[in-house]
Formats: sequence, structure tokens, C-alpha cells
Amino acid sequence: MELNDLQNRNVGEQNYKLVDIPQYPTTGWEEFTQVISRSIKTELLTGLKITFNAMKGALFNNEMHTVKYPQEKLPIAPRYRAIHKLLVLLESGNNRCIGCGLCEKICPANCIKIDTKLDKDSRKEVVDYSINLGRCIFCGYCAEVCPELAIVHGNRYENASEQRAHFVLKDDLLTPIDLLKQQKEYDGFGAISDDADSKIKKTPLAY
Amino acid sequence: MDSGYIIGTIVNVIVVLAVFSALAGFTTYIERKVLAFMQRRLGPMNVGPYGILQVAADGIKLFTKEDFIPQNAVKPIFMIAPIITAATAFIALTAIPFLPEFEIMGHTVRPIIADINVGLLFVLGAMAIGMYGPLLAGMSSGNKWSLLGGARTAIQLLSFEVVTGLSILAPLMLVGSLSLIDINNYQNGGITDWLIWCQPVSFILFLIAGFAETNRTPFDLLEHEAEVVAGFATEYSGMRWGMFFIGEYANLFAISFMASLIFLGGFNDLWFIPGAIAIILKVAFFIFFFLWTRAAWPHVRPDQLMWLCWKVLMPLAVVNIVLTGLVIMI
Repeated sequence: MELNDLQNRNVGEQNYKLVDIPQYPTTGWEEFTQVISRSIKTELLTGLKITFNAMKGALFNNEMHTVKYPQEKLPIAPRYRAIHKLLVLLESGNNRCIGCGLCEKICPANCIKIDTKLDKDSRKEVVDYSINLGRCIFCGYCAEVCPELAIVHGNRYENASEQRAHFVLKDDLLTPIDLLKQQKEYDGFGAISDDADSKIKKTPLAY
Repeated sequence: MDSGYIIGTIVNVIVVLAVFSALAGFTTYIERKVLAFMQRRLGPMNVGPYGILQVAADGIKLFTKEDFIPQNAVKPIFMIAPIITAATAFIALTAIPFLPEFEIMGHTVRPIIADINVGLLFVLGAMAIGMYGPLLAGMSSGNKWSLLGGARTAIQLLSFEVVTGLSILAPLMLVGSLSLIDINNYQNGGITDWLIWCQPVSFILFLIAGFAETNRTPFDLLEHEAEVVAGFATEYSGMRWGMFFIGEYANLFAISFMASLIFLGGFNDLWFIPGAIAIILKVAFFIFFFLWTRAAWPHVRPDQLMWLCWKVLMPLAVVNIVLTGLVIMI
């Protein structure tokens, strides 16, 4: 099917397959003949055949649809917006976050909180960073707006807990220092595109 | 009447009761598995290997659940109704010969509790009394869904009782005996002697009526979830509901055994297969068929059910009897 076929909204012009529905019986004799013809045409056996083949396919041809969920999981889409992750710089292990506060500003659910202070070199340092996942609507604006690719969406979607306090821990989001080697650049929501370098334009000096 | 006979009968009764109660539970497992496979699901998987202990888990759940009696129910009848269903289902099993005679430790064992000369009539009668279970349950529950379910019980089971009786009449005229053992022995000449070949119409009618009487899809109007919640069983919980369940599955086995005995050669040896295994295979096929249709076919409406019973099946059964009678006369 082409895109044009889908965009054509004029009912009747599409290549529909019409089902042949015979007239409903009106008299008793027509009803009787309908029953007779349906009994002889073995339509009921067709239903049995279909279910039997479904069973055969499920048992022997690996067509079982069940995913045994806690043991097996379906892959999630690359742009899926699950629980956030805070990434760190691969070279030094420092926080990527520069404490600019853009995510805090843009967050429509108002669930991000950043505490910053100036350190001894007069650089901004992030003291605390928390996302209240109980409030978060997973819109992805924070990941999109982050200039340093520091806050991204991860792949953990099983966010159930007994306490609300569990939903706000920074240590949970931040890549632990011992797992630094396993940190991967995120290609999902808010990540830069593959051809980002070619899209960069020089800022004209004459501003 | 010697004491050996009494002891043998009691042992028979206990064995039948135990085996068929266990089979009823096991059939629920098979049913869930088969239905799941036909819908490309796995079915119960977590309790025991391949979920086989699900039966035990369900049993524990049923036994420990609160035995709830609604305020407006008619209490004695409400409490007795499930017992009627379960009891009549097992009473019906008494006159059915399950296996051929066999010897164990020098004793000849007859796997039939009561070999009476009107066995078939007894089985049908006992199963028909089972109708009181759902009917009384529906009327005593004090619930409109239950009442509707009870009303449907009355129309469905009562009407299809007629078709069952008439459909069996034709083979009975050929055999000339109401004893299920005589009917079985009549077909002992191999596969060509089976009554299904000379009575195909009554076989199909009997099977259709069997579906209706055991309350299976496509005729499970008594507890049609989409229309009447759970029909007569709406207010039942725990073991009382479990008794309805066991009775229903015991009826399923009774109908399967009867269909195998009357039409498919019963427990006569089949080629190289010994008779005991042959009848188990036949019954297993019928049970599978009951589950299979549940996965494949839709329900019918109550009015369609009545129409089918009185305007199609019953005339067919009568014509079949008349034709059989003419053939016998000639």
C-alpha cells in the first residue's frame, strides 16, 4: 500500500475487499434452507481447523505469543523515555552537569531540583540534583534541553517502589564511578543526531 | 448377596469417586492448557513444572475461601443445590462400565459399580435430575442474574433431554437392550460394527445434546459471562462453587463415556489396541473435542438454542427413529 492510498479519504475509492453478506432470511422456509446449507457446507469445521492449526503453530512452529515477563523482556524502542540517567565525563569521571538549571526551568511538572554553589575556583558545582519521579511526566524536555547531554533517558521502566523517597535519589540516576567504562553515549531522546557535526554553522562575528 | 460383593462395590465406589474427582481437577488444567495453546498462549506455567500443580493451588484456594451465603438467599436450598449437582453427576457414573473386566490378584474386577439392565436409562435419568442443582441454585440465590441462569437451566436442559432420549432411541432399537454392557458387546466385531456407521445422525444429535446438557460452548448459556455474570453460580464461592464445577466435569466424562460406549465401540479391542486403552483414547478424544469447540465456536442465543432444539434436532431425531424402525421391519 502506498502513502497516497492512505491519504485518500474518499470512501469508496480505496481498494477495499467487500465481504459478501447474503440477504437475511425472511420466511421460515428460507431460514430452514439457510440452516441446511450451513450444516452441509461444514463451516463449523473450518473454525475447528483454524484453532487446531493455531495450536499446532504455537506448539511446534514457535508461534507462541507469550513473553514470560519477569524472566524475558521485550526490547524497548531507542527513543523510549524511561527513568532518567545522569551521565559523567568519560575522561575524568566528573559530573557532566554544569548546573545551568535549564532542565529545572523547562520541566513542566516542576519535579527537577538543582542545588549549586561556587567552589573554591569560582566554578559552579552541583551539590544536589534530584528528580521527583513520582511527579515526572516523562516528557523528555530535560533531556532535550540539556546542553551537555548530562541528563538523558535510560532504559529502566519498572519504577515501582514502596516509598516515595525512593523516587528522588540522585545516586540512583548518576552513573556510578566503578561502572564508568560501561557508560554508553545515549542515542535516544534529546541526543544529538549522527550528522550533528555537519549541521554546525560558524557564528558570524558581526553580531 | 455375599460380603465379597459388598466390599468390591464399596472399593469400586471409592475408586470411581477418587478418580473422577481428581480427573475433574486435572481436566481444568488440560482445559486451560489446550485453550491457551489454541490462542497461542502458554497457559498456567508458574506453579510446578509447566504449571501442573495449578490444580492443587486451585484446590487449596477453593477449600480455604469463605463460604459465603447471601442475606436474601433461601439458605437450606442454597446450601443443598451444589450437592445435588455433584451427587447426581457421580450417581450417573455408577451404571457406566468404564473398562473391560480384568483380573487383579486372582479376583475378577468389573469396573462398573451397578450392572443394571436399564443402565442407559438410569444414567440419563440421574443426569437429568442434576438439572435441579443449577435450577435451585438460581432460584434460591436472591440475585437476578442467578434467577436468569436458573431459568435458562430449565429451558436448556429440559429441552435437550428430549433430544438426547430420542437420539439414543434409534441405536437402542438396533441393540434391543438398555444395558451399556450389552450395547458395548453388540459392537464387538471390530470397527465396522460400530453403531456410528449405521446411526450417524443420532450420533451427531447425541453429541449436540451432550454439549447442551453438560453446559459447554456453544451452548453454555447457564453461566454466560457476557450476559448473566456467572448465571446460577453468581453468588457461589469456595467449595460450593467447586462442587458445581466437579459435577459439571463429571457430567462431561459421563457424556464422553456414553458416546464412546454407544457409538464408537466402547471397550472392545480395536486392531492391536486393547479395549481398556481404546476406550480411554476415545474418551480423551471427546474431552479434547469439548475443549476444542470451546476455543473455536461462538455462543448461540437462547432463542436460537430453543429453535435448534425443537425445530431442527427433535424432528430430525424423530425422522431418524422412523427410518430405523422401517429398516428393522423390512
